[in-house]
Amino acid sequence: MVRMLSVLLLVLLSPLAQAEVANVYEFDTAEQEQRFQDLIVELRCPKCQNQNIADSNAPISKDMRAEVYRRMRAGASNDEIVDALVARFGEFILYKPQVEKRTILLWATPAIAVLGGLLVVAGVVLRARRRQTEPEPALNAKEQARAAKILAEDDRDSNA
Amino acid sequence: MKRFFLFLPLVVAVVLGMVLFAGIGKDPTKLDSALVGQPVPAFSLEDLDNPGQQLDASLFQGQVQLLNVWGTWCPACRDEHDDLMWLAREQGVSIVGLNYKDNRDDALVWLDRLGDPYSTNIYDPQGRLGFDLGVYGAPETFVIDAQGVVRYRHVGVVNKKVWQDTLLPVINQVREQG
Repeated sequence: MVRMLSVLLLVLLSPLAQAEVANVYEFDTAEQEQRFQDLIVELRCPKCQNQNIADSNAPISKDMRAEVYRRMRAGASNDEIVDALVARFGEFILYKPQVEKRTILLWATPAIAVLGGLLVVAGVVLRARRRQTEPEPALNAKEQARAAKILAEDDRDSNA
Repeated sequence: MKRFFLFLPLVVAVVLGMVLFAGIGKDPTKLDSALVGQPVPAFSLEDLDNPGQQLDASLFQGQVQLLNVWGTWCPACRDEHDDLMWLAREQGVSIVGLNYKDNRDDALVWLDRLGDPYSTNIYDPQGRLGFDLGVYGAPETFVIDAQGVVRYRHVGVVNKKVWQDTLLPVINQVREQG
């Protein structure tokens, strides 16, 4: 019961925890606030690793949000802000890694998988079609006799 | 050719197995520092022991040093403190402290009680330098070469094993390169 109550409490309070982020910072326009929100959702917390810095309550996420806000106020573009943070915390903080030599395989994997799948499907379809067009050759007399013998042996084995 | 395709699942399984096996034992919370190969970021912060005295990046010129990020609020920093004392006293390693997001009085009491392994302590109550260094927790320890360039970053506690296996080889390599 206690556990259920605490879970319920947690669920009820979680929207409050997120609202805290928005209220700390003031914006002149709704677009600015939206831009800020979009930016902090895109950046990953280096400490907690499976949260973005918008959701994370880690001290480092708070610092990173403050830095994003400070740079935004100073007139930096989104790219400049992201680059400044990557220069400090590394590319790990990007959910979408930049396209470069080291990450090209990562980016190409979906295309490679789709291509591979298409090749397999094409192969299966082609083979099925070929099988349909050329009927299986009938057995000649000698082959039929051999098949009958093998089947008879098989029967004997299973009866034994 | 058909035979080969029969073995394809086995090949895939073996390759996947090798890739996954290589990941076992790796700590995913340890990130490479983006700062390795870069000079220590410019800063101007007070000396912890001498309020009013400003320190800057010239602190890292002239000899290979460790930069240890610590705070009295950080339990793991307490764990490594005795080993830092050992490093400074017995091994003669020069350790610059970065007192990170801490309170000066608490920090001074801590050093008074537990001993002071640091040659200098940078007082960074807001965590500005820590942020520029990409510090996302404490303790963290950087190896800084004689030109003030970051050569290595260790996340987590420094103990005798970390010193022997990781930090000392890096320092020796840095010293060899001059």
